[in-house]
Amino acid sequence: MNALEKVQEKFSDEIIETHAFRGDETVVIRPAALLSVAQFLKDTPGLDFNYLMDLTAVDYLFYAGGRVQKDFRFEVVYHFMSLKNNIRLRLKVAVDEKNPEVETLTGLWASANWYEREVWDMYGIRFKGHPNLKRILMYEEFVGHPLRKDYPFNKRQPLIGPLN
Amino acid sequence: MPETRSMLLNVGPAHPSMHGVIRLIMELDGEKIKGVEVEMGYLHRAFEKMCETVMYAQCFPYTDRLNYVSPLINNVGFAMTVEKLLGITVPQRAQYIRVLMSEISRVTDHLTCIAATAMELGAMSVFLYMIKARDYLYELVEEITGARLTISYVRIGGVKADLTPNFADRCFQRIADVRKVLIEADELMTRNRIFFDRMKETGKITQEQAISYGITGPFLRSTGVSYDVRKANPYLIYDKLDFEVPVGTKGDNLDRYFCRMAEMEQSLRMVEQCFQMIPPGPIVGELTGEVMKAADMVDYAKMGETQGLQEIQVDLDPTLQGSTKKYYEGISADKKDVVLPAKEETYGNIEGLMNHFKLVMYGHGIKPPLGEVYFPVEGANGELGFYIVSDGRDQPWRCRVHPPCFPILSALPILLAGDSMADLIPTFGSVNMIAGELDR
Repeated sequence: MNALEKVQEKFSDEIIETHAFRGDETVVIRPAALLSVAQFLKDTPGLDFNYLMDLTAVDYLFYAGGRVQKDFRFEVVYHFMSLKNNIRLRLKVAVDEKNPEVETLTGLWASANWYEREVWDMYGIRFKGHPNLKRILMYEEFVGHPLRKDYPFNKRQPLIGPLN
Repeated sequence: MPETRSMLLNVGPAHPSMHGVIRLIMELDGEKIKGVEVEMGYLHRAFEKMCETVMYAQCFPYTDRLNYVSPLINNVGFAMTVEKLLGITVPQRAQYIRVLMSEISRVTDHLTCIAATAMELGAMSVFLYMIKARDYLYELVEEITGARLTISYVRIGGVKADLTPNFADRCFQRIADVRKVLIEADELMTRNRIFFDRMKETGKITQEQAISYGITGPFLRSTGVSYDVRKANPYLIYDKLDFEVPVGTKGDNLDRYFCRMAEMEQSLRMVEQCFQMIPPGPIVGELTGEVMKAADMVDYAKMGETQGLQEIQVDLDPTLQGSTKKYYEGISADKKDVVLPAKEETYGNIEGLMNHFKLVMYGHGIKPPLGEVYFPVEGANGELGFYIVSDGRDQPWRCRVHPPCFPILSALPILLAGDSMADLIPTFGSVNMIAGELDR
């Protein structure tokens, strides 16, 4: 039984979609189940996903791939890896535009701390319970979230001196 | 009891021996570091945003500027991610060339890291020796790619050009030179009391912490975990090569130094093996048979006199060297919708010209199917992964890079806590922060 099937069996109600495009096993879950799924992935023998390898987000505003507009705006994407079993899994959580907020994973993987700060900085998605959610690549005075699709790539925001 | 207060000290933006611009806000108790806050982003150039605005092939110059000490590995990583998305494989010879160039780049990266650390600890001559050795390797890279740093050499579906004549001989010569330098540097540093004492037991991290912080590469291996993408998920032809993954035990600066030194030797071994196993191919620069200047061929084709042009080899400008049919087909995948046609096709007939235009015009280029892929390669600092989401157009919908030194930097507070202020320098050196890939 592979990782995808294990997660499917345990959380059949919480899963919206699964696929394995080009061998990358992917699970899309409801936001409310994030913490329990993450805990399950980390602690279950046979899965042991001890690495949160990457955490990022995708903005689907104006997305017309497959000529279907997605009914949510953002997706937070987690890439897990298990050192012991040498397997990988991608977990995705759909996030609404009105209230872009998901639970933080900083309690489970220390690497989530900076990745979540980056996602907040670039996409404006908040992570509930994050100990230090502030900008990481941009400066504090920056207005907007640059990787959002409605932020023009050639927009300029000169920084005129620090605040204090 | 006298009152004790800790002091806040701002370091940077810049100094920590100028590996890149970073700012550390340190809480000091006398000379001991109690806490560190890292502030980065000074070299943010919106790599991910810019990739969303250009076609897939145009992302390569941006990837050069991620880890600018070993840009070939970034190129390979990006190309392989798009190839995974497209579901194509590249010819054997191109795979060997990619591995060859990646391993040479890995050595240049490790040399830079160790040389800089040594210089910061006062070993100026080691720095000069190692940078000299790095330059030998850059000369090899320059010979093949035409540039030293911003190389843009790898293509989706292959590489830009084949190897030059007698490249193997020069490569073996340079490998011997680099080995000599490594032995010299090893003698100067490994038995040097000052270097040893500064590196030993500083910047320590445990295995559990390293894993929790998502650290990979030599940094993780110094704690005793034998994880290497080249072994765990072999890509290209790494499964055919015989190499070892050096691991440390303590996870301190000294172990990281040993790991990097041992890895360089393994990389040099891999380069040697590649030359023994690489399938034979033509030698770039050798023009045989009937030869015609590129401009002449274009003129003939424009007038419609295409009779017999297919058999003639085109004499190209040096910057396009390697893209003639004879050399090109062995190193690029046989996919007309991905790989640019050989220059004889482009200059000599309308089908080739159209094919070329279809690939370089906005809205036409390489169009991968709908989907998303993540592909990791072993960068010099650890796992370098690209995550690309395609919406079926010729531009990536999302192009995310997982930079290997980002998690390492996030662990800097626990690496430094408890050490003295002076230990900041060797620790920061062994972190091998590359601002280009950290800030993107």
